Parts: sequence; structure tokens; C-alpha cells
Amino acid sequence: MNEPIITFENVTKSYHLYHNVIGGVKNFLFDIPKAISSIKNSRFEALHNISFEVYRGETIGVMGRNGAGKSTILGLIAGVLKPSKGRVSVNGRISPLLELGAGFNSELTGRENIILNGVLLGLTRAEVINKMHDIIEFSELAEFIDQPIRVYSSGMVARLGFSVAIHTNPDILLVDEILAVGDVEFQKKCYKKMLDFKKKGVTIVLVSHSPDDIEKFCDRAIVVVKGEIGDIRRIASKPYFTNPESAFIRGMVN
Amino acid sequence: MRNLEYYRDLILVLTQKELKVRYKNNVFGYLWSIGHPLAFAFVFFVAFKVVMKIQMEDYSLFLIAGLFPWQWFSNSVVSSPTVFIGNTSLIKKVNFPRHILPFTMILQEMIHFILSIPVIVLFLFIYHKSPSFSWLYGIPILLVIQFMMAYGISLMLSSLNLFFRDLERLTVIFSTFLFYFTPIIYSESMVPKEYRYLINLNPLSPLMISWRNLFLNGVLEPTDLAISFAYSLIALILGYYIVYKRLSWKFAEVL
Ligand SMILES: Nc1ncnc2c1ncn2[C@@H]1O[C@H](COP(=O)(O)OP(=O)(O)OP(=O)(O)O)[C@@H](O)[C@H]1O
Ligand SMILES: [Mg+2]
Repeated sequence: MNEPIITFENVTKSYHLYHNVIGGVKNFLFDIPKAISSIKNSRFEALHNISFEVYRGETIGVMGRNGAGKSTILGLIAGVLKPSKGRVSVNGRISPLLELGAGFNSELTGRENIILNGVLLGLTRAEVINKMHDIIEFSELAEFIDQPIRVYSSGMVARLGFSVAIHTNPDILLVDEILAVGDVEFQKKCYKKMLDFKKKGVTIVLVSHSPDDIEKFCDRAIVVVKGEIGDIRRIASKPYFTNPESAFIRGMVN
Repeated sequence: MRNLEYYRDLILVLTQKELKVRYKNNVFGYLWSIGHPLAFAFVFFVAFKVVMKIQMEDYSLFLIAGLFPWQWFSNSVVSSPTVFIGNTSLIKKVNFPRHILPFTMILQEMIHFILSIPVIVLFLFIYHKSPSFSWLYGIPILLVIQFMMAYGISLMLSSLNLFFRDLERLTVIFSTFLFYFTPIIYSESMVPKEYRYLINLNPLSPLMISWRNLFLNGVLEPTDLAISFAYSLIALILGYYIVYKRLSWKFAEVL
């Protein structure tokens, strides 16, 4: 438990706002000085000098209002974003459950998408094929697995995405508000799977707007307020409703 | 070792996906990919041979030997700007080597080109010619050179298009320009003497001339080869190190 698996050291993330440039080569060339000054000036600081550590095997919740910077934190952990200042270090294999089915192709069948997605998430083709049976079984989509996924409902796509992502043997599972998509039965199954992961010592970072979820799963919760860390609280004893910490979290969210 | 296997599988799976999506596994897909350059060849044949009476023997063979490799290049270039944009959700969420996307796109276009070579052979036979042994080394060499060229240009266009979204339109205009300034529907010797030195300023000319010489005469001119290799290397270095490497970390932000 003492070894940090994710470390944020004084991380600042600012986004350039490229709207002038995205206007195109034409706009850029016709107004070069304006374009350059607008690139320099229009920055938006989404995270301001934050530091925290997540320890191996820990489940940590991330909460905060819309636009607070939660997804930005996960993007930095996943390595798709780079910090503008400071350092992010991650020691382990990540399975990003940021958007289920990212990279699925609607023309391909469920089975073909499993292979495609599994490889994109870092498995070799042979590994995916070995796990094919388990993935299909977990998704409960055996009947539809050889149909193109454009005929799937959005919940079915999400189920397939979840199944692939959890079968990639991650050290770190990043979960960004995705548990709400499946039906109640499937949600239960996902929770159960996440608890299994927790038991196996997988580190989980869970973004959720639901204080209940955070309390149920997490050892600690980070509250992000406008790009800064409002507080890091240990979620201690249960039941939750009498726990002052959870009252605090509820207060932050509401 | 694992890394190598991973790259291989990534390329394999993504190429398979492209081929499946494009053709839905049917044979007519193949016919489409040769139908396009053949249609062009027909149009140019009518315009320049039938109507304008160009002085050249076996003009249709001449056209095909140049248009097929050109088609590979121009398809690659024209699809480049949308390569990253078309994979937005993936790039925003998953950290994988993004240059694999243009790589597989070019690879896929290359496969189409290779599959169209039998059509060139067919035309050779029609004109009582035959493939030469030099194809055995000539084709792989030119494939590599053209791959490098197309990949370099593609990395540039696909990356820059995320920042300048109208690049897509410019690319189409640019590739049309390039087509008419490359000796494909005419031969180098038809270019007036005073302009001939300009031919090799076009990076595509020595390459396309090499393809045609190889297909029609079984010859590889070392100078053409050297010049086109140099151009390809420049394109690759510019595309990968100067453009892609510097911009790729921002992709997830601007998509
Ligand atoms: N690519 C981008 N370019 C510019 N600004 C961005 C970009 N992505 C996010 N932002 C800004 O950064 C801030 C934080 O965004 P982020 O997506 O991290 O919020 P969040 O906490 O996940 O919100 P939500 O609860 O709505 O998912 C927002 O103000 C947003 O406008
Ligand atoms: Mg978010």
C-alpha cells in the first residue's frame, strides 16, 4: 500500500484555445499577427498546481462540479494529455474506461471490434483471441456478437466496451462516469467486477457524480474545485450516512 | 520483443479493419480499386490520343503504367487530412502510437496498388510485351521509396489538419496540381527543352518516371532512383520529426 503508483507533482494543465487557427490556413495567413497573439493569449488553465499520490491497490474517487477538471486529471494519467507544468508519473499498465467503445467501428461485428479494441488497449492479437470467450460471456452479447455493432443499442455497445477493457489485465483502471450506461443488472455486474479488481489489488481511479458510488468503493476521495484540489478525504468507517466525511462529500457535490 | 509483436498486431488489425470496412469483404471492392485508375486512363486516352492525336505509340499502356502508382500516392495524400480526425474518440481516450494510423492507411493503399499490378501485366501482354526480371528487385525498391514519401507527406497533412482545418480542401487542389506537373499523361521528352530542368524539382517526377520505366522497359535509372530516394527521405524526416513529433502530444487537446 505504501508504494505510489500514480504521482502528480505540482501539475498545471492549461489548454490553448485554438479557435482562430482552427478557422483554417486562410484565416491564419490573412491575419498572422492577430493569429499569433491569440495563440499566445488565449490559454485556459484547467488544473492549477495540483499534487497528490495514489497508492498501489487503492481505490480513489474523484469528484467535483462539471468543468472542474476531473476528466483532465484522468487524461493526464492515461497519457493522452501532457502537463504544461509539473510532473505526472504512472507505473503500471492502464486500462482507460474513459469512454466505452472508443475506437469501435460500427461496420465491424462485435467479435471483430473486440480484437481491434483489445489490441488498441495494448494486448497482442493472440492474447485477445485467448480471452475472446470470457469477454463475450461477460458482455452477455453472444447472440449479437457476429452482427455489426451499428445494430447494437448504446447500452450494448457500452457493455462490450466494458468487457474488453476489464479483460486487459490492467494495473490501473480509470473509470470516468461510465457506470450509468448499462441496465441495472449489468451495473451490478460491473460493480462486482470492480470489487474483484479491488480485491486483486488493482488501483482504481473512479470519477463519479454519485456520492453513493464514491462511498461504496473508494478508500479516499479527491474533490476538485475549479482546477484545484479542494480536499482529499479518507472515507473511513461505515455506515456512510453517519460518517461526517461523507456528509462533507455530499456538501461538496450539492 | 513484446513491443515489436504489439506494433505488428496493431498494424495488422487496423489494416484488416480498413479493408473490411471499405469492401465489406466482397470482390467488387477490388474491382473498384482498379476501376478508378482505369477510368482515368480511358478519359485521358480519349482526350489526348483520339481527339488531340498525341504522337506516342502504345499510349494506353503508357498511361496505365503511370496512373496506377500515381493512384496509390494521390489516394494516400487525399485521405491524409482526415486520418486523425476520423479517429477522434480513440485519440482522446487511448494512449497508443498515433502514427500507426497514417501508416496503416498508406499500407492499405499500397496493397491495392500491388493487387492492381496484374492489370498492368495484362496490358503489357496485349501490346506483345512482357514483364521483366528486374521487377523482382525494382518493384520492392520503388515500393519502399514511395511508401516513405507518402508516409512523410501523410504525417504532415494529418497532423497539421488538426490545427488548420481547411487543409483538406487545399490538399485536393494541391494533388491535382501535382498530377499535371508530373510526367504521367505526357513523357519527359515532350516537355520543351527550356523547361526540362524543372521536372526534377517536382519530388514526384523521378519516382513516377521510374515506375513507368520499370513497367514498360524493365529499366531502373540510378539517377532517378537516387533523386527520388533523397526526396522521400526528406519528406519522411520533415513529416515525422519536424511536424508529427512536435504536434502529436497536442492531438487529444485540439480534437
Ligand atoms: N480540449 C480542450 N480545450 C480547451 N479547454 C478544455 C479542453 N478540455 C477541457 N477543457 C476545459 O477544461 C476544464 C475542465 O474540463 P474537464 O473535462 O476536465 O471537466 P470535468 O471535471 O471532467 O467535467 P464533467 O463533470 O463535465 O465531465 C473545463 O472548463 C473545460 O472547458
Ligand atoms: Mg468529465
